[in-house]
Amino acid sequence: MARAATTADAFNAVAEPRRRQILDVLAAGERPVNDLVSLLGLAQPVVSKHLRVLREVGLVDVRDEGRQRVYSINGRPLKPIHDWVKSYEQSWSERFDRLDVVLDELKQTEIRHGDKDDQQR
Amino acid sequence: METKMTSSGRAVVTLPTDTQILITRDFNAPKHLVYKAWTTPELIKRWWSGDRGAVVSIEVDLRVGGRWRYVMTANEGFEVAFHGEYRDIVPNERIVSTEAFEGIPDPDAAAALTTNTFTEKDGRTTVTILVQHKNQEHRDMHINSGMEVGLQEAMDHLEQVALSLR
Repeated sequence: MARAATTADAFNAVAEPRRRQILDVLAAGERPVNDLVSLLGLAQPVVSKHLRVLREVGLVDVRDEGRQRVYSINGRPLKPIHDWVKSYEQSWSERFDRLDVVLDELKQTEIRHGDKDDQQR
Repeated sequence: METKMTSSGRAVVTLPTDTQILITRDFNAPKHLVYKAWTTPELIKRWWSGDRGAVVSIEVDLRVGGRWRYVMTANEGFEVAFHGEYRDIVPNERIVSTEAFEGIPDPDAAAALTTNTFTEKDGRTTVTILVQHKNQEHRDMHINSGMEVGLQEAMDHLEQVALSLR
């Protein structure tokens, strides 16, 4: 299967560990490019390339401040990722809610019978 | 003695690496009972399909080298089946098995290795399910069939970022 372009959507954009790192840094507050370069220990062109991808999918915004370009995070495009994993989590939660009911019954039965033999099984 | 009906919290799903899914959940019951509910076909039937459908059959041959197969009919009408082989069994502690989804071509080639661990503390049991896929494509198919996704990091981490920005 061919991979979608990194700029197709937020899913692909955050597949790259360095880009997630950038988002982590920006989550704490906006930063000029130079800060990101020194914090991440990467070459400026590499950081700029990642920032361009993040901008294209709308995960970061940029503004000019004097001679500096300052980047900030925009979390909105992360929402579909969040929803996607949550729906998988939801199906497990439903399953486990039913398991809770089964377990409560097993506990009741054990209490009624004083049946500790189960523990040896 | 009174036993309260207690919901024990929520399932937490994370993606620790490119090829793994980790599911964690606490249960308000000792581990020998969780293990029993996890391995007894009549009991599995009552919970495995969740709200997504009805269980059709559960086969469990609980021994190393033994095979299992779970089948359900989803609410939408189609059948969903998984099967696998037990690789390691430590009663009340751990079950390692392969897990193949029959809804894809050549299921066994794309089978995952699943480790279920049961840990008890103060009468409560934490179940962790670590699903190890052979590659990221298989993992992503598992979590959301067909969707082309390169998500690699633990969801909690992204969730944190998302929440910090609302």
